[in-house]
Amino acid sequence: MEKDVVLEARGITMTFPGVKALDNVQLTLRRGEIHALMGENGAGKSTLIKCLTGINDFESGEIHIDGIDGPVKNHSTRDAQNVGISTVYQEVNLCPNLSVAENLFIGREPLTAIHTIDRASYNKRSQKIMDDLGISVDVTQNLENYSLAIQQMVAIARAVDMDCKVLILDEPTSSLDDEEVEKLFVLMKSLREKGVAIVFVTHFLEQVYAVCDRITVLRNGTFVGEYPVEELPRVKLVAAMMGKDLDDLAAIEKETVDIKNAEVVIDANGLAHTGTVKPFDLKIHKGEVIGVGGLLGSGRSELARSIYGADKANTGTLKVKGQEVKINQPIDAMNLGMGMLPDDRKAEGIIGDLSIRENIILAVQAKRGTFKPIPMKKQEELADYYIDLLSIKCPGREARINQLSGGNQQKVILARWLATDADFLILDEPTRGIDVGTKSEIQKLVVDLAKQGKSIMFISSEISEMLRTCNRMVIMRDGEKVNELSGEDELTQDGVMAAIAGGEKVNG
Amino acid sequence: MAKEKTFFDKLKAWPLLLPVVALILVMAVNIIYDAANGNNPFSFFTITLQNTTANGTVLYGRIIDILNRGSEAAILAIGMTLVVSSSAGTDISVGSVMSLAASVCCVTLAGYGVSSTTELAHPLALGLLAGVAVGCLCGAFNGFLVAHLKIQPMVATLILFTAARSIGLLVCNDLIVYVRNPQFGFFGSFMGPIPTPIIITAICVAVTALVLSKTALGTYIQSVGINAKASRIAGLNSKTIIFMTYLLCGLFAGIAGIINGSRITSADSNNIGLYMELDAILAVALGGNSLGGGKFNLAGSIIGAYTIQAITTTLYALGVSSAQAPVYKAVIVIIIVAIQAPPVKAYFRKRSAAKAALAKEV
Repeated sequence: MEKDVVLEARGITMTFPGVKALDNVQLTLRRGEIHALMGENGAGKSTLIKCLTGINDFESGEIHIDGIDGPVKNHSTRDAQNVGISTVYQEVNLCPNLSVAENLFIGREPLTAIHTIDRASYNKRSQKIMDDLGISVDVTQNLENYSLAIQQMVAIARAVDMDCKVLILDEPTSSLDDEEVEKLFVLMKSLREKGVAIVFVTHFLEQVYAVCDRITVLRNGTFVGEYPVEELPRVKLVAAMMGKDLDDLAAIEKETVDIKNAEVVIDANGLAHTGTVKPFDLKIHKGEVIGVGGLLGSGRSELARSIYGADKANTGTLKVKGQEVKINQPIDAMNLGMGMLPDDRKAEGIIGDLSIRENIILAVQAKRGTFKPIPMKKQEELADYYIDLLSIKCPGREARINQLSGGNQQKVILARWLATDADFLILDEPTRGIDVGTKSEIQKLVVDLAKQGKSIMFISSEISEMLRTCNRMVIMRDGEKVNELSGEDELTQDGVMAAIAGGEKVNG
Repeated sequence: MAKEKTFFDKLKAWPLLLPVVALILVMAVNIIYDAANGNNPFSFFTITLQNTTANGTVLYGRIIDILNRGSEAAILAIGMTLVVSSSAGTDISVGSVMSLAASVCCVTLAGYGVSSTTELAHPLALGLLAGVAVGCLCGAFNGFLVAHLKIQPMVATLILFTAARSIGLLVCNDLIVYVRNPQFGFFGSFMGPIPTPIIITAICVAVTALVLSKTALGTYIQSVGINAKASRIAGLNSKTIIFMTYLLCGLFAGIAGIINGSRITSADSNNIGLYMELDAILAVALGGNSLGGGKFNLAGSIIGAYTIQAITTTLYALGVSSAQAPVYKAVIVIIIVAIQAPPVKAYFRKRSAAKAALAKEV
C-alpha cells in the first residue's frame, strides 16, 4: 500500500438475487481526507459501505487496512469497529427509548469495580462529548425527545467517539437544516485534522464542494473513477454519475396559473393541530403547485399532515372543492381525492416485507375497500406500468421493497400515490436521498401533474427545487404560517430565505 | 440470471417446504418403528372401514385419528395466524375461551343448574349460536384492548386467559354439565363414515382461505402487521383490522370449544382447551410464520397443527405414556424450530452457494 493510505478496497464484487450490485469496485482512503462517494440511486454506494462494515458478505475482492497484515474481511459491524471503521447510516439506527448517554455507550458501557454500569461516569462523559461537539442536549433525556436532526448528531457523536480511523457518513445531511449541516462540516474538518479518513455520501452536490478533498464515482455498480475535487467541476461530476451530459437542471417550464379564476380545491380556515401547527388559513387552487418552506421543525410537514388527517386537526374548518368536510383519518382524506407522500420513508412510507407490487397497489386498494380486491392481472399491470414510468430499478415487481435502494423505494411510494389518481397530492420531501437525475425527473413530473389539473403541495428543504416547480410558497416558522410568496419578484432564493429567517434580508 | 429455474430451485423457494418436511419426518418415524416391529411398515397410512355399535361403519386409522384429534388445534391456528400477523402478538386466551364457549353452549342446551340431561332444554341451534357468540364476544373484548387501548397482546389476553375458565364454571354453577344427546354429540363424532370435526375444520379453513383470496383482507392484515403507521397513511384503518383479527380468533376458539365439548358430551370447564393456546401458537411457529408479525402463511399453520397432533399420536403408538409424552414432544419441536431458524437457514444457504461455486470452477 502506498504511504498515507488507511484503507484500500480492490475488486469488490457482490450480487443480490437478480442484480449485480457491485462489479470490481475499488476505493482508496488516505489519512486525513474527506472522500465523497458519489453515484445515482442503485449505483452501489450503500452496498459498498455495507461491504466495508461487514453487513454484506462480498463475493470477491480484498480490503486492506493500514496496520493490519493481509486482507480484512468483516463479518459484523463490531468486526468493522475493531479495525477502526465506524458508520453513521442514512436512517438513524439508535434506540429512541433510551437516553442520549445510553445510546452513546450501547455495547461498551463503562463499568464500575464490581462490573455494574457506571451511570454517573458515562452521563458525565456523554455530556462532555456532546458539549465538545457543540450540540446542546441533556444526555439523560430519552433520544426520542429530540428532533431527527439531533438524533443524527448523536449517531455521529457515537461513531466519532469510538476512535475510528475511517468514519463513514451515509447521507448524514439529508435530515439536517443548513445551520446543523454547517456544524457537522466544522466537526468533519476537525476530524480530518486529527487524521481520520471520512467517507461522505450525499446527494447535495454543493456539500461535496464545500468539504471534500477527493471524489470516487460509481455508476450501476461499477467504478467510474477517483478524482481530486478541483479536477471535477459539478457538470463533470454529474456527467460521470449519469454517464451522460445533463443539459440543464433548471430547464423546467412552469405553468402559470390564473389563480383568480381557478377552482379552489382546498380551503382551510383556522385549521390547527395543538402542539404542532398554530391556526392557519390556506387556499389551494386547481393546477397549482404550492411550496411549503421553513426550517426543519417549523411545522411545514405538520401543516400538510393536519390537512390530510395524519394528525387530526382539532380546530378550524376545511373545505374541499367548496364542501365543508371532516377528516378524522387519512382514508377520509383519500376518499376526498387527496394523497400524501410522507417525509419519513422508513417509518411511514414503505411496507418493508411486502412486494413492490403490493406496495404500489396498497392505497388504491384501500380506497376501493376490502371487498373489492383489484384483480391480480390489473395489479401486475399497474406495478409494471409504474416501474417503467418512474424507471424503478428492481429485479421484478415481486421483489420485496426493502431490497431496493432508498431512492427506488421512494419511487415506489410515489407510484402508490400516482396510482390513486389524487386531485390533491402532498409530497413531503419527495426528493430526499434521491440522485440528481431522478430529482429533476420528479420535479418535471410535479409540473406535468399540475398541467393535468392536479394540485400539488411540495415540501422540501431545498429552496432551489421549490423555486423551480412552485407557483406560490407558504413560509412556516415555529409552527406558524408567517408568509405567502408568489410572483417572479418574491419567489427568489433571497426572498424565500429572508421570509424563512424573518426580519432582514439575507444574502443568499 | 436468465437461467431456467429447475424443479429443485422451485422446491427450495416453496414456503411450505420446511413444515411439510417436518410432517414427513414424523411419518417416517412411524414407518421405521412399524417395520422394526415386524408390522406392516405402512400401517400408519392404512385406513380401514370398521363397524362400531355407536356410529355404524366409520373410517379408522392413524391418519384419520390425527386429522380428527388435531381439529381443534388446526381451527385455533387459523385465528392465531391472523392475530400474530396483524399485531405481532399472540392471543393466549383461546384455550380458556374454548372452555367458556363449551360451557355456555352446554348450559343453554341443558338449562341452568341441570347437571346431566339427555333432553335438550333449548333448540340445538340456539346452544351452538350462544357458544359461538360468546367466543366472538371474548375476541371482541381482546381486540378492543389491543387495537383501541393499545395494551400489549400478551397482557390484554392474559385477562381472559385467567378469567374465561372461571366464568365458565360460574355459568355451569360449578358443575360439569353433561348433555348426553346424540344431536349435540354429532359435532364430536361422525358424519357418515367421516369424523365431523374433520369436516368442520375443512369448512373453516376453506372459508378463511376463500375470504383471504377473494378480498384484500390478507394484504391489509400483513401490511398493518409490518408497518401500522405507513398503512394508516396509505388509508388503512389499522385499529379495525387488528380488532377484526382478534374477533375472528375468538370466533374460531368458540367453534373449537363446541367441538371439544361435543366430543365428551359435556362442559368440563377445568379441562376443555387446557394448554390449547400453546399448541395453537406452536402450530403458527411450526408453519414457518414469524411471531414478529407481518407476512403469514395459513397453510403452514394448519400443517403445523397436524404435525403437533402427529407427534402426539406417534408417541402414543410408540407406547410412551401421556405423562411422559411432552418431553419427547419438546425435543422434536426444538429440532423442527431450529431447522427453520434464520442462522441455520443462512448456514445451509451458504453451504449450497459454496458448493455451487465449486461446481462452477470444475
